[in-house]
Amino acid sequence: MKRLFFLTMIWLASISYGYAEGPTLMMATTTSTESTGLLDYLAPHFEKDTGITLKWVAVGTGKALEYGKNCDVDVLLVHAPAAEMEYVNQGYGIDRKEVMYNDFIIIGPESDPAAIKNLSAREALAAIRALKANFISRGDQSGTHKMELSLWKEAGIPTPDKDSWYIQAGQGMLMTINMAAEKNGYTLTDRGTYITYEKTMNGAPPLKILVANDSRLFNQYSVIIVNPKNCPQVKPGPAKEFSDWITGKGAQALIGNYMFQGKALFMPNAGK
Amino acid sequence: MDYIANGFFEAFHLLLDGDPETFSAIWITLQVSGYAMAASLMMGVPLGFFLGFYEFAGKRQLRVFVDTMLSLPTVFIGLMVYVLLSKRGPLGEWDLLFTPEGIAIGLTILALPIIIALTATAVESAEKDLILTLLSLGANQRQMLLTTLWETRFGLIAAGITAYGRVMTEVGISMMVGGNIKWHTRTITTAIALETNKGAFSTGVALGIVLLLIALFVNISVSFLRRK
Repeated sequence: MKRLFFLTMIWLASISYGYAEGPTLMMATTTSTESTGLLDYLAPHFEKDTGITLKWVAVGTGKALEYGKNCDVDVLLVHAPAAEMEYVNQGYGIDRKEVMYNDFIIIGPESDPAAIKNLSAREALAAIRALKANFISRGDQSGTHKMELSLWKEAGIPTPDKDSWYIQAGQGMLMTINMAAEKNGYTLTDRGTYITYEKTMNGAPPLKILVANDSRLFNQYSVIIVNPKNCPQVKPGPAKEFSDWITGKGAQALIGNYMFQGKALFMPNAGK
Repeated sequence: MDYIANGFFEAFHLLLDGDPETFSAIWITLQVSGYAMAASLMMGVPLGFFLGFYEFAGKRQLRVFVDTMLSLPTVFIGLMVYVLLSKRGPLGEWDLLFTPEGIAIGLTILALPIIIALTATAVESAEKDLILTLLSLGANQRQMLLTTLWETRFGLIAAGITAYGRVMTEVGISMMVGGNIKWHTRTITTAIALETNKGAFSTGVALGIVLLLIALFVNISVSFLRRK
């Protein structure tokens, strides 16, 4: 019995603690800004410049916007321009500013059965569908998924759904790429995750970049302040500071200099 | 594919070098599972004892309900707790979303049915012979209650260990309610999910091994209790 008491005391002592905190800012962002290490690189600079601790949850853009609607975060850093405009128009967010971009690419097996190499994104999708080659979709309303859906639309193809060659993964980007490799199929990905994938394959990935540099594959990231009129609980002050900071000269230079696995990844374009 | 061997070595590196991110995740895991275990034991043991010890109308139905709650999926609990704790939700004013305390609430919901069901089973299986013995010895109601509780202590420990294992290893609740925020709500399991997304598979394996080592440590402490 004594032992039980002793162990319980240790355990209770170990779980009751507290620590003081300065001002914090809660951000919802997309998985790509976290998994590429960009935020880990930027957050200490932001804290040094403003004294505000940046905390973030990294989720798909759809979920990030939902967090904003529910007033659970103060600021958003996301990449789905059409959904963002609608979001701002509905009064959930204010002061949307462009921050940086990178690009999407279509990858597939080296043998490239649908012969999409160097086609435009739309032509590539049409060719994949014509051949009924496997295409793996994120299927999760993330920014990447929204981009894919708009590409099908622009190619004049009704969004595939129950077609056997169209596989909706419902997983993160890296897992989706792995699935595409297993299925010998094509997928749309952001360049950052593809670089990660190359690294996990020790530089010899079975899936190669087949379509890139199409202006339609431009991937714009923007910062949006959650509308305090809609959400009295949020902190518009620190959110505005972050928005001004990340679109300012210093942070823009930091973003441009950021190297991921030895490669430049994000191009700053605030105010352009 | 030497992720497993690399992961094994990396696990020891993370622990021996005192990697701050790993220790932060360990700390938060212990913290949330500690809160949840304290809360679910305090509520669950009396309720489970009541369910196993007394006869009352609707007992069978209640038992079926508790047993069904054993199948609560963690992502579902995570979603429900998110909806409750969201600023727009009914408990939004408590400011518990994206905090360790919020995660602990979800974990308590996960652990509570386990504690109740296993406590009730332990009491039921001890009870029959015990009650006859106690009655023949002339025990009163209170003595019977205390003795039954003492005699079922190993069953209660088993309930605690089972619930602790479930609480420490789940990922759905911690991800949805905690948000996997570095230094604040990143537990070992959500860190594994993140490392997997980053393609750092060895680090993911390493963190899994760290989690198992902690479980080993907890179970050794408990077996020390068992020797009485």
